[in-house]
Amino acid sequence: MKTLYILTALGVIAMLAEMFRFKKFLLPIVLIGLLGAIASSVKDWNTNIHYYNYMMTFDNFAILFTIVLCATAFLWFMMSQNFLDSDPIAIGSSKTDHYALVLFALCGGMIMVSYSNMVMLFLGIEILSIPMYVLAGSRKDSLSSNEASLKYFLMGAFATGFLLFGIALIYGATGTFDLKTLSYFISSSATVPTWKVSGAEPLLYAGILMMLIGLCFKISAVPFHFWAPDVYTGAPTPVTAFMATIVKTAAFAAFLRLFFTCFSGMGSVWMNTIWVLAALTILLGNITAVYQTSVKRMLAYSSISHAGYMLLAILAMNDHSLGSVLFYAAAYSVATIGAFTVLSIIENHQATRNQQPATVTFETLSGLAKQNKFLSFAMTISMLSLAGIPPLAGFFGKYYIFTSALQSGYVWLVLIAVLGSLIGVYYYFRIIIKMYSPSLTDLQAQPTAVEEKGELLSFAEVGWDLRIVLILTILLALLLGIFPDFIIRLI
Amino acid sequence: MNTAILIGFPLVAALLILFLKSEQAKKFALAFSLIELILSIYALSEFKINAEPQMMVNLAWIQTLGIHFKVAMDGISILLVLLTTVLVPLIILSSFSRDIKNPKYFYSLILFMQMALVGVFTAMDGFLFYIFWELALIPIWFICLLWGGENRARITFKFFVYTLFGSLLMLVGLIYLYLHTSGTHSFDIQALYSAGSSLSSPEQTWIFWTLFIAFAIKMPVFPFHTWQPDTYTNAPTQGTMLLSGIMLKMGTYGLIRWLLPMAPLGVQQWGHAAMILSIISILYASIIAIMQKDFKRLIAYSSIAHVGLISAGIFSLTVQGLQGGMIQMLAHGINVVGLFFVVDILFNRTQTQELSKFGGIRNVIPYFATMFMIVLLGSIALPLTNGFIGEFLLINGVYQYNAYMAGFAGLTVILGAVYMLRSYQKIMLGETNTLTSTFTDLNFNEKAVFVPIVLLIIVMGVYPKPILDIAEPAIKHIVELIHPAVIL
Repeated sequence: MKTLYILTALGVIAMLAEMFRFKKFLLPIVLIGLLGAIASSVKDWNTNIHYYNYMMTFDNFAILFTIVLCATAFLWFMMSQNFLDSDPIAIGSSKTDHYALVLFALCGGMIMVSYSNMVMLFLGIEILSIPMYVLAGSRKDSLSSNEASLKYFLMGAFATGFLLFGIALIYGATGTFDLKTLSYFISSSATVPTWKVSGAEPLLYAGILMMLIGLCFKISAVPFHFWAPDVYTGAPTPVTAFMATIVKTAAFAAFLRLFFTCFSGMGSVWMNTIWVLAALTILLGNITAVYQTSVKRMLAYSSISHAGYMLLAILAMNDHSLGSVLFYAAAYSVATIGAFTVLSIIENHQATRNQQPATVTFETLSGLAKQNKFLSFAMTISMLSLAGIPPLAGFFGKYYIFTSALQSGYVWLVLIAVLGSLIGVYYYFRIIIKMYSPSLTDLQAQPTAVEEKGELLSFAEVGWDLRIVLILTILLALLLGIFPDFIIRLI
Repeated sequence: MNTAILIGFPLVAALLILFLKSEQAKKFALAFSLIELILSIYALSEFKINAEPQMMVNLAWIQTLGIHFKVAMDGISILLVLLTTVLVPLIILSSFSRDIKNPKYFYSLILFMQMALVGVFTAMDGFLFYIFWELALIPIWFICLLWGGENRARITFKFFVYTLFGSLLMLVGLIYLYLHTSGTHSFDIQALYSAGSSLSSPEQTWIFWTLFIAFAIKMPVFPFHTWQPDTYTNAPTQGTMLLSGIMLKMGTYGLIRWLLPMAPLGVQQWGHAAMILSIISILYASIIAIMQKDFKRLIAYSSIAHVGLISAGIFSLTVQGLQGGMIQMLAHGINVVGLFFVVDILFNRTQTQELSKFGGIRNVIPYFATMFMIVLLGSIALPLTNGFIGEFLLINGVYQYNAYMAGFAGLTVILGAVYMLRSYQKIMLGETNTLTSTFTDLNFNEKAVFVPIVLLIIVMGVYPKPILDIAEPAIKHIVELIHPAVIL
């Protein structure tokens, strides 16, 4: 619980930094603070303490997800220095605002993983979302960034409406916001629950489905995904990285917590829906990603498809569900941060060279391996991990989720998911192939092209913080993949 | 001596090479692969001839899910490990007189691949087997992508997706078996065997096909072969050697170790279909090979024909068939590396692989012609060469299964002689033309590759008994697992 205080304090400190002029030290302060937050949540291990009259429960599930969120945020702060400090495009946006907004969003994420009352779920989602709406539009002069912000806000508000309506209906049927009481109502067969007597059953069903829709918006499952590609593409790349990792992880944890603790007894109401949603998400996400030319948009669709795989774990509802979602979220976050780091390095490089915002397409990447072996290696590892190639983390994540789904008997859905990952290989590998193939300028072999080479991205141009992030993502992808037992035995 | 060292050493070597200077890379790579060879020979000296997996390393890896790092060698494994450790130095040596860009990465990938291959042949845990299986794919994919010919992006991609599709099917099959193991589930090979044989017949049918398709793609067997000729032709010589010499054996090894004992009912029910596919691929590939104009492509198709016979012999489910499969795996590995090296030498001197452009090379360099002749005779299974022992046992095994099928399978000997001798005639005999008259002699490195290959071809052909002895107990054990009643 101290973790939440630490994160909030960090946010406040970030706002004060402008006033008291210690902006320079903000990054170290935040990084140390995040490490402290991780340490303080480790200290709460196995305590299961409830706070504020059961509004929040800091159980092991919450602790593990908090650690994943804070660790991802740690990597994120290191990778997004360019965005936070000196975004070449953004005008007038201040560094401290960005820090504060991100940290407050992180607080929201933490509430989402540790709530035990539906009101807190709603608050968490709002605290997470509102800074994200602002951050998505932080590139004020860019039309697409503004579009992203507006779209995200409208769709987000819409989804929250659904969620809130669902909560209200469930409250109407059962008379409680508390997850424990709620699960007691739903699962207990001995006592006749009040809602059965009063004929409020349809209210409860409708409520569950509405909450399902609201949460599916947040995790961008098909067919509630339409906002995601535009928002992901329009928002500044580091913000996209934040949305694709931290927001998604928090939303999944919230999803899992709600459905696992409360609604597992009423599987017949929502399981078929999720089955169809998962199949659609996997297929549509992967197939649409194949047709993208912009790398960022491709990553947006790939992130949609990954949501589909994680839905499998929610559907499986067995001992391995929690562990597999946790592991998958961690593996996916690490690989995604890696990919977005490389992407933003290239984008910044292009933008400073051309003095205008750059879109990185597959063509832009061609020949990258020749210019910068390190970047292309880091990208390769990320892509291999996302594609689920052993021995990287992404493979074990997929493996674990598929196994737990098979254990619950979802053979066909797993086959669809396998097919989906096979399609996924196509676009992830296209990036690798592009990077390791000669670029167009190489093929034409103009004498001037050699001179131009000097201007291309060299290793020295990659800042030390970005190098550390990339090395960390490579190591984590390998370590998580080779020794997954450290994480999964925790749950 | 334990098996983990054999797996770990190439990995360490692969990493070390990355820190060397480019010029040193190939010498060190050769040295490392020779050390690995010595290690494996030492392991052979400690090997006791019985059916037990030996030199076992069994460490808990992912305990929560019953996954172990369990590697060991029985007769089947150790022979294939030896094949790998013998061929890799030759493959590295074969690149010595060639100009290879970024040699550090090239040799590092080859050694990395060796690690994965040894892992595949020794893994005694289903999950571990799958990991090594996929790990072997990554380096070879990069070798083909970075050092391959034109069109490599498209061709290597097809290769990758094809094999990955098979692997994922196999993974689903293995997970299915895993979930049917007793108690807290385990991926241990024995647990998977007993889970497999306890399944009902329709379930075993599914297991059979998921595994068979995965292995059939790797070998490849008709109709899963379409990735193979393009990939073999486009890959750099060393890549082709790795693919055909060793990687192909992952498929046939998988049949023996993982498919047959795991779905015995499925094999009894559907082995016939697999047998027919294998024989179709023998005939189909042989006929296409006869029509080929490109020598490298011809050998690629001949490889499909040979592996078809191996697979047919394995599905005969007799000790002779499996023994023949073992011998032929080794023989084919050695011969095909020799043949692809011949292609490499031809291409290096003349920049072409087209049969019709050659002629009369024997008049220019008789040494090369003799070496080629011996490798070729091994490949068409002349008695007293290694190919003969394998094909004889294989056809013998198929004959016990079904005489007509043996008749068709036996055609491979005739057809093989047709396309091989025809290509020898076109390349080596006849008039020397402008292209071949300037053919330069083999240098020391090139000769050094041929000598061990030729020696192995003859020694294995004259005295195959030690190999048969090593493999026999393990193979009998596998056959007993499939049909307990038959004791041969």
